[in-house]
This record gives sequence, structure tokens and C-alpha cells, in this order.
Amino acid sequence: MVEPAKALADIRIDENLCKGCSICADFCPTNVLEMRGSVVAVKDLEACTKCQLCDLRCPDFAIQVY
Amino acid sequence: MSTPATAAKKKVPFDYSGYLRAGKLPHIWCPGCGHGIVLKSLLRAIDVSGFTKDQLCMVSGIGCSSRTPGYVDFKTLHTLHGRAFSYATGVKLANPELKVIVASGDGDALAIGGNHFIHTCRRNIDMTILVYTNYIYGMTGGQYSPTTPQGAMATTSRYGNIEPVFDTCELAKASGATFVARGTSYHCQELEKILLAAIKHKGTSVVEIIDQCPTYYGRQNKLRSATEMMEIFEKNGTVSVKQADRLPPEKVEGKLLRGILYQVERPEYCEEYDKLIEKVRGQ
Repeated sequence: MVEPAKALADIRIDENLCKGCSICADFCPTNVLEMRGSVVAVKDLEACTKCQLCDLRCPDFAIQVY
Repeated sequence: MSTPATAAKKKVPFDYSGYLRAGKLPHIWCPGCGHGIVLKSLLRAIDVSGFTKDQLCMVSGIGCSSRTPGYVDFKTLHTLHGRAFSYATGVKLANPELKVIVASGDGDALAIGGNHFIHTCRRNIDMTILVYTNYIYGMTGGQYSPTTPQGAMATTSRYGNIEPVFDTCELAKASGATFVARGTSYHCQELEKILLAAIKHKGTSVVEIIDQCPTYYGRQNKLRSATEMMEIFEKNGTVSVKQADRLPPEKVEGKLLRGILYQVERPEYCEEYDKLIEKVRGQ
């Protein structure tokens, strides 16, 4: 059975601003993010609930969820 | 700027660029430093408060937290170590229509500027004071500050700190501040509400903000990451003042209270000064 298409989140990461502190990835309630080297990257986009906590807790203005 | 109502409906992320000076990012703060989270909470609170950029003046002394005014597109003033309150008092007296916000660290406000801090609170001049408490002097190399917990390591306490700590909120309250609150960078949405209430308050409002210094405090005290520090000091080390009454005493003991701790009305200094001018001119 095909589920109705869910609008996926658009997670925009500015790799020039990310300092790799991993606060966003560690406190993400649904484990969407992971660290790849010194910057954060999206691991599981479908799990994102657009709660914006990564944006709110990012000290470096580096991540936004649309 | 999007209005809060549409932002909640469409979940559009807040646009900080309108309040930041162009080309200043990335900021100088270390990876994991909480000051950026506090800055973002402050900008969101200012957006809701309705103050325009020209109505705001941000003053700071010296320290990591005192770099905040360099990034915001308000009227700003970067002054001497600990003396931000004195400059801010001058700014407010000369321009009573401005909303003055002071960004200060725990060392800047309580040690080097301790005298200025208590007398600013005593006068109850209309000003919002943010005290970023990260338990250490970050910019100068990790010396212990008046809030460094007993037993903690710092560059100047290699065998553990033996000095008792200041309770910033109790100090502000005892000095005469009419709005005293505490927030953390972990509880950033709650911090936004506290900052909004502090900005709207008429009189001296002091907000202590617990945040983390992973570079100096964390490294010297074997706390491996910013996340670990946020969990220990902010998530598990504080309890909301609204919940504190309902929780069993053992869950509250040893924890800092978070939220608006004290708020009263008292005559404001600039208004009293205007009354004095009127009285003397009338004679």
C-alpha cells in the first residue's frame, strides 16, 4: 500500500558556518543528523519532524529547516 | 520579518539576518560555545518585543560574551572590562528613549565590574543586564571566576577551586534589581520568553544565563563535549521555578532555579531624575 506523499523537510546546512560542535545532532529527538568529519550532515531525512530544535540550538547560525 | 503567527503555522525558520551585521559570520566563539544560542534567543525576543533596531543600544565590557554587540545591527558600544554598566547608565541618562541592553560575562559583571553591577541594580535604572555564566574567564585563558564551582579546575586553580561561589540572582535581588531571572542555553525557547519579559520590564532587569565553555572549563574539568556540559549543568542541573514546588525535595536539592525568580515595581531612576529637574527648575 502506497502511503500519501509526506512533504519532506528541507534541511539547509551552511558548511562554511558549521564548526562541528554536534549539539544539533546530539539533541535531535529523531536522530536525523550525524557528524561527517567536522561538519554535520543529514542521515535520515524522512525521520525529520521539522521541530526546529537543531536550528534553535545551533550556536553558529549554520542549520535551518524549511 | 515574518510575524509569529505565520511562523508557527508554516514553520518558517526565523530570519536572523535582519538583525545581524552583514559579513560578520562566522563569529569568533569556539565550537560548542553557548553564546551563539543566547544571541539567537535574544534576537527572537527582540523581534517579538516590537523594538526597532534604532531604539536599541547594546553595551558590553570585555570577554567572550562581550563580543555580542559586534554582531548585532543596533547602536552598540564595546567598553572597558567591567565598566559596561557605567557606560550604559550614561547612555540611558543621555537618551532615555533608548532601550539599553548590557551583555556581560560572569567575570566581567561579578568580579571586575562587581561594584558597577550592584550600584546599577540599586539605582533601578531602566536597563536589561545579561550575565552569561560559563563558570570561567574564557577569553583570557581559563582563570577561575566568581561562579566557578568549588573543587573545579581552572588555569589559576590547578588543585581545585576553594572559593565559595556567588549566586548571581541573589546578589542582583539583594542589590535592588526589580526583575531577576535565570535561563540556560539548553532551554533556548524558555530563555526567549524570559528575555522578552526582561526587555519589557521597566527598571533594572538581570537575567543570568547558564551556558557552557567547552574549550576552557570543559577541557580542564574532563567534560568531553558541549553536549555533555549542557546535559550536566543546564538540563539536569536546573529546575523550573514553576515545577520546583510540585517536585519532591530531593529532586530540587542542589539544583539552580530557572525562570522569573523575582519581579517588583519600584521608581525608575531616569523618571526620578526628570522629576528632580522639574522640581529644581520650578523653585
